[in-house]
Amino acid sequence: MSDSKQYSTFYLNGLFFGVEVLKVQEVIRYQEMTRVPLAPRMIEGLINLRGQIVTAIDLRRRLELPPRAEGQLPMNVVVRSEDGAVSLLVDEIGDVVEIQDDTYERPPETLDGVARELIQGVYKLKERLLLILDTEKTVGVPTSAARASDIGN
Amino acid sequence: MMDEIVKEFLVESHENLDRLDRDLVALEKDPRAKETLASIFRTIHTIKGASGFLAFGKLEAVAHVAENLLSKLRDGILSFTPEMASALLATVDAIRFMLGQIEITGQPGDRDFSGLIERLTRLNAGTNAPPLTASAAESPVLAAPQPSQSVGPGVPNSPSAPIASPEAVAESATTTVLPLSPPPDRASAAAKTLVLPPPPLHEMASAAPPETAETRNSAVSDSTIRVDVGLLDKLMNLVGELVLARNQVLQFTTQSADSTFLATSQRLNLITTELQGSVMKTRMQPIGNVWNKLPRMVRDLATACGKEIRIEMEGQETELDKTIIEAIKDPLTHIVRNSVDHGIERPQARVEHGKPAEGCLKMRAYHEGGQVNIEITDDGGGIDYERVKQKALQRGVITAEQAGRMSDHETLHLIFLPGFSTAEKVTNVSGRGVGMDVVKTNIEKIGGTVDLQSQLGEGTTLKIKIPLTLAIIPALIVTSGGDRFAIPQVSLLELVRLEGEQARRQIEFIHGAPVYRLRGQLLPLAYLNRELNIKEKSESDSAAVNIVVLQADGHPFGLVVDEINDTEEIVVKPLGKQLKSVSSFAGATIMGDGRVALILDVLGLAQRANVVSEVRDRTMSEKVVQAHKAANTRQALLLFDAGQGSRMAIPLSMVARLEEFPQSAVEHAGAQEVVRYRGQILPLIRVSKHVPVVRKTATDQNELMQVVVYSEQGRSVGLVVGRINDIVDETITVKRHACGNGIFGSVVIQDKVTDLLDVQAVIRAADPSFYANIPANKAAA
Repeated sequence: MSDSKQYSTFYLNGLFFGVEVLKVQEVIRYQEMTRVPLAPRMIEGLINLRGQIVTAIDLRRRLELPPRAEGQLPMNVVVRSEDGAVSLLVDEIGDVVEIQDDTYERPPETLDGVARELIQGVYKLKERLLLILDTEKTVGVPTSAARASDIGN
Repeated sequence: MMDEIVKEFLVESHENLDRLDRDLVALEKDPRAKETLASIFRTIHTIKGASGFLAFGKLEAVAHVAENLLSKLRDGILSFTPEMASALLATVDAIRFMLGQIEITGQPGDRDFSGLIERLTRLNAGTNAPPLTASAAESPVLAAPQPSQSVGPGVPNSPSAPIASPEAVAESATTTVLPLSPPPDRASAAAKTLVLPPPPLHEMASAAPPETAETRNSAVSDSTIRVDVGLLDKLMNLVGELVLARNQVLQFTTQSADSTFLATSQRLNLITTELQGSVMKTRMQPIGNVWNKLPRMVRDLATACGKEIRIEMEGQETELDKTIIEAIKDPLTHIVRNSVDHGIERPQARVEHGKPAEGCLKMRAYHEGGQVNIEITDDGGGIDYERVKQKALQRGVITAEQAGRMSDHETLHLIFLPGFSTAEKVTNVSGRGVGMDVVKTNIEKIGGTVDLQSQLGEGTTLKIKIPLTLAIIPALIVTSGGDRFAIPQVSLLELVRLEGEQARRQIEFIHGAPVYRLRGQLLPLAYLNRELNIKEKSESDSAAVNIVVLQADGHPFGLVVDEINDTEEIVVKPLGKQLKSVSSFAGATIMGDGRVALILDVLGLAQRANVVSEVRDRTMSEKVVQAHKAANTRQALLLFDAGQGSRMAIPLSMVARLEEFPQSAVEHAGAQEVVRYRGQILPLIRVSKHVPVVRKTATDQNELMQVVVYSEQGRSVGLVVGRINDIVDETITVKRHACGNGIFGSVVIQDKVTDLLDVQAVIRAADPSFYANIPANKAAA
């Protein structure tokens, strides 16, 4: 009998992602947020989470995926990081799933760029693949400095 | 005012006494408990030591005999008896009483404890000679008090209660009390004294509580408690949240007509404000805590440098948040060190300059406008501006031309440039500067400002302004591009609002850089929308322009925002690490409506907009301009009217500054019209006299003259023009037709014929000597 882990799952541009359930503080609906001029592109804004100011990161932009369809409101997955709570904006929330460790595999070598950096591993579920995000890296500032500065005018 | 040390002693001793009570009772139950006994001994020993140190001889005497007894108990020479317990408990009471007296009067009081001392001594007797020396000094055996006048809050018995004689005490601690008439010679002196009766042990237990209850009312030990700083921090955060919630509630009051709600929220408002103040106070510490070590440091340093320096302090009690106290410790030390090392001269030099041999370093702290000001003044040599400029020139920080037009204040600020610090000897002569950039950075990190004033030969004053606290700050809320931003009030100088047409005329441009004339001074402007890359307000031309005049690094600049809202107390919250790279924001806060607003980092913003460190930046931009000119015939031109309706232009690169002078400021040096300008005499040339234009009719004395300042090789001249119109960036092709002296040719700018002024020709015509030292080819450029 192998060990299993619980993951909180969500969807992003049709992809199925998961983060360790213990890393997730809470999931909340879309909040009004304050944008931060001059900030790295991946930062969508700041939200007020019961008196705490939480940075919201647009995961689509973080993962360099196409932008969300207009009018589609993202959800906040608030994760705990070394630097306090950070919200990840995702398309849709999935279930919390418990998965056996033996279906886990390292991401294939063909992954490149930001995906290789942030996707820690893959669970081969029956019907689809669950991509596990490294939350600490995800909430970090992109390594390439150039990416941080390209702000739309 | 009670001495800080005494206060601490009282607090500590009271804590110790409470423990003593417990320990003694415990010891009585289990006389062999070595640990307890050791603890009691230590406590009494501590009190004895401290009271000896603080010169409370009487207290020391009592503690001393008790200690003797205890030491024998500890060493096993004597064994613990209930009698001893009573005596020791009586000692505790006596000590407590004296502490109470010290707190009220500053002295242990003149109540006599010789009886107690005797009793302890007897208990101690049987082995070595009783250590009577301690008590003998001040307590004759006869010193029994006067019963009828006994007073004092710590007295459990009624005045008529019988008084124990020393003998009685000694004979039997548990039973007898004997009345004794006071000796006549002590009648008056003993007016306020009373010897504690040695009540039976079981009585003692019941007698003690009322006594303590009464004494407690005023005791220092009860008015202070030790609290974990972490708890205070948490409390502070909670109050911060409360302030936010209060702000939220208050926002509803504007929409509500319910009078009960209004009254309640007003009350909430008041209470919150008060609570905020009180909680803030818990974290306050007097600045004297940091200053205390300075006299010693100054003394040592002065001795090492062979100087005589006296340090004066004023306002040590000025309170500051603990975190700020920590933060200013090092900068302050640094500044003082500088003053001693470089500022104040050697005694001989001082005497030669007619100053007293002993230098004086003054530290002053006071509250002003929600901020704490700290001034450090020395009466030393002051700063030599010229030396500073020279050094700056040598290091290439400024150009010669800049040096020429720098004000004293600007010059002083050169000292704060990083390049100016450490090892370079400039400052040895001029006064200070070693690591001043670090001082400045540290002070600015906590939202403070540093300013320097110096008079050569007379001394230097360094002024530091710091906020009282970091957590909650007053801020101005502005709106730009639909978003709200908070600007810390510390950086705010004033607000300027320009309406419609006025706005368009009064914002001028120097080579594309917008400026506004604020009371005659050019104020560089930065547009918040542009700096932050957020969308511009539509129709911005027609609407009013709001300028928030801010100060960054000692340089004022104007920040143009869409709207100015209100001032509010905000709670500063840090930004996540993802946003650390954005230097324009100092943090974020939650507004009354629950939304997040960013707090602008004025310095960061100013740097982004290039309005600070202008000295360095200007040098660079000038170079860029020249390179630009060489590569391209596009030129920036200053358009103006020379007289009535004649459009003229000069290359902007020739313009050092645009100034305005009232006609009344014009003076005459010989036939030459001059004005005083930046500590120099600026010759004026009226362009209209030298070029063929229709002159303006007689001018009013109060009318402002528009002057284009032109500088060449450190010399300046002011060209008086009719009106400055615009600055354009145009590709010009000169259509040469010399239509007269002073006109270089004509160009078409903005579809209008414009004469290019031949600046050199005009100047040469007015003042042939101006170019005397300048090679002709340069002049023709």
